Amino acid sequence: MAIDYSERIPNNVDLSNNKTLQRALENWQPAFLDWWGDMGPEGSPNYDVYLRTAVSVDPTGWAHFDHVKMPDYRWGIFLTPQEQNKKITFGDHKGDDVWQEVPGEYRSTLRRIIVTQGDTEPASVEQQRHLGLTAPSLYDLRNLFQVNVEEGRHLWAMVYLLHAHFGRDGREEGEALLERRSGDADNPRILTAFNEQTPDWLSFFMFTFFTDRDGKYQLASLAESAFDPLARTCKFMLTEEAHHLFVGEQGVGRAIQRTCEVMNELKTDDVARLRAAGVIDLPTLQKYMNFHFSVTSDLYGSEISSNAATYYTTGLKGRFEETKLDDDHKLDNNEYEVMDVAGDKILSRHVAALSALNERLRDDWITDVQAGMDRWNRIVAKTGVNFKFTLPHKGFHRKIGMFADVHVAPDGRLISEAEWTHQHQNWLPTADDRLYVHSLMGRVVEPGKFAGWIAPPSRGINNQPVNFDYVRFN
Amino acid sequence: MNAPQEHDIARQHLIDPEICIRCNTCEEMCPVDAITHDSRNYVVKFDVCNWCNACIGPCPTGAIDSIRNVLRAQPFSVEEQLTWDVLPDTRELDSMPVSAAPSPAGSETPAEVQQITDVATAGHGGPALAPWSASHPYVNLYSAKNPVSATVTGNFRLTAEDASSDIHHIVLDFGATPFPVLEGQSIGIIPPGLDENGKPHLLRMYSVASPRDGERPHYNNLSLTVKRVVEDHEGQPARGVASNYVCDLAKGDKVQVTGPYGSTYLMPNHPGASIMMICTGTGSAPMRAMTERRRRRMDMKEGGDLMLFFGARSPGELPYFGPLQKLPEDFIDINFAFSRVPGEPKQYVQDLIRKRSDKVFQMLKDDNTYIYICGLKGMETGVLEAFRDICRAHGADWETLRGDMLRKARFHIETY
Repeated sequence: MAIDYSERIPNNVDLSNNKTLQRALENWQPAFLDWWGDMGPEGSPNYDVYLRTAVSVDPTGWAHFDHVKMPDYRWGIFLTPQEQNKKITFGDHKGDDVWQEVPGEYRSTLRRIIVTQGDTEPASVEQQRHLGLTAPSLYDLRNLFQVNVEEGRHLWAMVYLLHAHFGRDGREEGEALLERRSGDADNPRILTAFNEQTPDWLSFFMFTFFTDRDGKYQLASLAESAFDPLARTCKFMLTEEAHHLFVGEQGVGRAIQRTCEVMNELKTDDVARLRAAGVIDLPTLQKYMNFHFSVTSDLYGSEISSNAATYYTTGLKGRFEETKLDDDHKLDNNEYEVMDVAGDKILSRHVAALSALNERLRDDWITDVQAGMDRWNRIVAKTGVNFKFTLPHKGFHRKIGMFADVHVAPDGRLISEAEWTHQHQNWLPTADDRLYVHSLMGRVVEPGKFAGWIAPPSRGINNQPVNFDYVRFN
Repeated sequence: MNAPQEHDIARQHLIDPEICIRCNTCEEMCPVDAITHDSRNYVVKFDVCNWCNACIGPCPTGAIDSIRNVLRAQPFSVEEQLTWDVLPDTRELDSMPVSAAPSPAGSETPAEVQQITDVATAGHGGPALAPWSASHPYVNLYSAKNPVSATVTGNFRLTAEDASSDIHHIVLDFGATPFPVLEGQSIGIIPPGLDENGKPHLLRMYSVASPRDGERPHYNNLSLTVKRVVEDHEGQPARGVASNYVCDLAKGDKVQVTGPYGSTYLMPNHPGASIMMICTGTGSAPMRAMTERRRRRMDMKEGGDLMLFFGARSPGELPYFGPLQKLPEDFIDINFAFSRVPGEPKQYVQDLIRKRSDKVFQMLKDDNTYIYICGLKGMETGVLEAFRDICRAHGADWETLRGDMLRKARFHIETY
């Protein structure tokens, strides 16, 4: 179905024929715009930004690009088209028709899943709202804003589900999503990682690479849900999420590229000399990767989780690419290997697959992250520099799960408190490292110019040249 | 397509592993599951990709938009692509022209089929593509050297006894032999015997009039709409060899069939797609196939409008007049034009198109509407002129719109 842009809220859910819901969302809309004004990208309301807007949910509706003011961005409600006779593909209800309404017994659980997912969307906009002031280029500024408006749209997607399917509770949750604030001591965002600061562009790129990739895996497993409106919503969100991953991966990649170029020019790997030359040395990049990898890892929750098992058996949340997996999709008799800390050793043991679904999703994510790291390493190798980025061990710097109470070195050794205290500054960004990175963050807004610490991209957005005026400040 | 086998060059759709970020969007979008991945690369299966391009727009990096020329018999395999860190360098092949559209069966389109097709589709004003959501067609499974034998299971006259034209509905059954067709495709029929030069008859092409799941659902059969040819284009008496052979077939007779043919005049499959059909006479065959496909799926409420403009001399000469009239109005918007009804002014399809100008213009503009024209060449000019006038009246430029529709594979013509 085409998206109806003549309506106040663009949608492909036939909103005009559900007046109650339409009114509820039209009441929420001004509150959302107020929130965007307060907490959206700082100082940006009057900018004309070269943004991509979805004009239809089919593949041809994706390439609509134009300069728009962000407050005028057509945030709306888009679900991938409904499949007729769709069946539940996993869990106890496998083979039944998917649900178009929320079954009473799963109401509160589903609401919690949707609220938790929804809460991350405005949270990341809040975390990133000051970054525009230190953009390394117009191109990057545009990418930041694209990510921001799409996170805003993801909030819309979740609020639609809350309003359409959870009645008064849902409307109250919708309001609360606009009231919590990232990092607020009294009313913080739900997940810890979303209360951390995104203080600089390197952190932003790392966040979009590691943490938005968690978003991809969470959305992909919710896109399998037996609750069809949730599944269809998440499926559409995934298409948008892809751009965020792209921003992160090539952002870090371009920083690596620039550093390697300067290392070759100066023929040195000396950190002090490289910092004097204004690029981020590779060991510091590795520390940022370690940090973001470990913090995002925690978002998947405990290795063994009865909640995850319940979500699966009840059909609320599937596995990544559930329908492509070759098993019975019930997992009553399957096992999965998880790591465990036993005394001074890290062992692996087999547990019921159902209880290890968090770990399984984390492992899928790690495989994907590793593939991205491999591509970063190819950038290094191409420049002839002898350095290799490595992913730290799964147990490194964890606050949740089996490894929360122990210290694990990046190479997987269990280490003492003393050694951790002594060594951790070699593995995680120190205050000095962060200060240095922060010192590089100057604003570059001349079309085609890039800050000294980052290489230009190999191509522009939507085949525009790299020196295109992606943002007009008016 | 007449190039020797060793120069049978095809385009291969590839993904640039250096740029791809493994976001999975392309694999998710692909309607025919042509994209797969391992822990290293995302890759496209050469033999499955039908160039619908559904993956191109959503790709955030542009990695998806990579192409190399290959020998059709030696494409880059999935296994090979999975080992790549970079795309292969361009080769001499990449500067050579590509052969005809891919044929999954590996056999070639017969020259006469190509010739008829070229003439029939000339009205586009440019090369045609299949709609992005069209199903993947099988083509050239059976050649004149290797035809399949079908059994006639039905043959009845569609036009009234007193009508000037004799149009037949023929049902052919393929038994256990696979003969997959899509709405809009054609088949070839080879009349038995020899022509006046003592050579076997050339094949004749007929559009399939039944949907993909058979004239009777879930039977391996199909139907044709064939007009008995009794005069040539100039109106001189001439007995069409093939059409008379087909119209005279009896139940149980065996027919030599080739094909299927046609890889672009196909219907969109996505829910919400609208279809405008404009036809005369036996040009109604593909329209009946598409309409019947949609009718059988009516319960699914997939949305999208159907609009039909159908011209004939009189109701008695209009194939499928009775069944068409029984279709509900909210399913299909039918507009009949009759040019020889005593006591009434002559009406042609273009007259009705003009009458419905507002809706027609809205559909011409709508990216979700696909337009199909099939019938006599004479109709084509009138219809295109009507489109041009309607555009002008709405402040739009027909040529621009036509170019846009062609690029989006929304405009399909087959006239003879």
